[in-house]
Amino acid sequence: METYCELKDGYLLVHVPRELDHHRAGSLRMEADLLIDAYQVRKVVFDFSGTEFMDSSGIGVIIGRSRNMGYCGGEVTAQNLNERIRKIFMVSGLHKIVKTEGGVAGNTNRMEKNHAE
Amino acid sequence: MQSKNEMRMWFDARSVNEGFARVAVASFVAEMNPTLDEISDIKTAVSEAVTNAIIHGYERPEDKVLLSCVIEGDTVEIAVEDTGKGIPDIEKAMEPFYTTRPELERSGMGFSFMEAFMDEVQVSSAVGKGTSVRMRKKIGAQEG
Ligand SMILES: Nc1ncnc2c1ncn2[C@@H]1O[C@H](COP(=O)(O)OP(=O)(O)O)[C@@H](O)[C@H]1O
Ligand SMILES: [Mg+2]
Repeated sequence: METYCELKDGYLLVHVPRELDHHRAGSLRMEADLLIDAYQVRKVVFDFSGTEFMDSSGIGVIIGRSRNMGYCGGEVTAQNLNERIRKIFMVSGLHKIVKTEGGVAGNTNRMEKNHAE
Repeated sequence: MQSKNEMRMWFDARSVNEGFARVAVASFVAEMNPTLDEISDIKTAVSEAVTNAIIHGYERPEDKVLLSCVIEGDTVEIAVEDTGKGIPDIEKAMEPFYTTRPELERSGMGFSFMEAFMDEVQVSSAVGKGTSVRMRKKIGAQEG
């Protein structure tokens, strides 16, 4: 089985796979929840550095973890969103539920870099 | 551009085919020279429709999902069809956050995504007969 999660000091870091769809959502959720339960995790960080694709199944995984964390006073955040993932966050309204590092409005540096390539 | 091109395929209702379906459509529309953003929009919409057929339409993985694509000039029309359960109330099903499978952590955003990322989405369905989702998008509409 592939692993996506890494237990850090005080939080669970989830390396979101390259493509997060319904096919991947089940195993990702299972792995995260096992660790959250076993180590009483109170903070989950979704890292999108390696993610090129996410659909509404991914939204379900994040909202689900966010709800569970809410019950125990924990929190869920997201980091390293590229333009595409940002768009998915905006369209779904997920940016209002989950704190994103650097916000969702757009990162000019990143855009300039993409243009230069 | 006046070209016309058509493709049609079917595959098992297995989740592994969700990725296959969106990549197949992305390659098929490549000749239209879409932007990366347009390709991602199409892939997301295809993924939503195919996933719905697999999760909501069918119970058995051997059941078949039909996917077809027609390119006509600068417009692509994509159809995803199943012969599964059908949708009793289409209007309700298309409301944001509406889902009949909350236990699977469905977000209820599937149809909203299809509508956000395509120019036009038409759903027809009959209970016990199946569902067909037709989506259209003009390529190059974002330019200029
Ligand atoms: N192909 C289908 N066959 C049967 N029901 C469907 C189909 N597609 C969608 N539905 C119904 O419409 C609802 C909303 O779909 P969607 O917006 O994609 O949200 P989700 O997939 O998260 O439930 C589903 O929960 C289901 O009840
Ligand atoms: Mg759906």
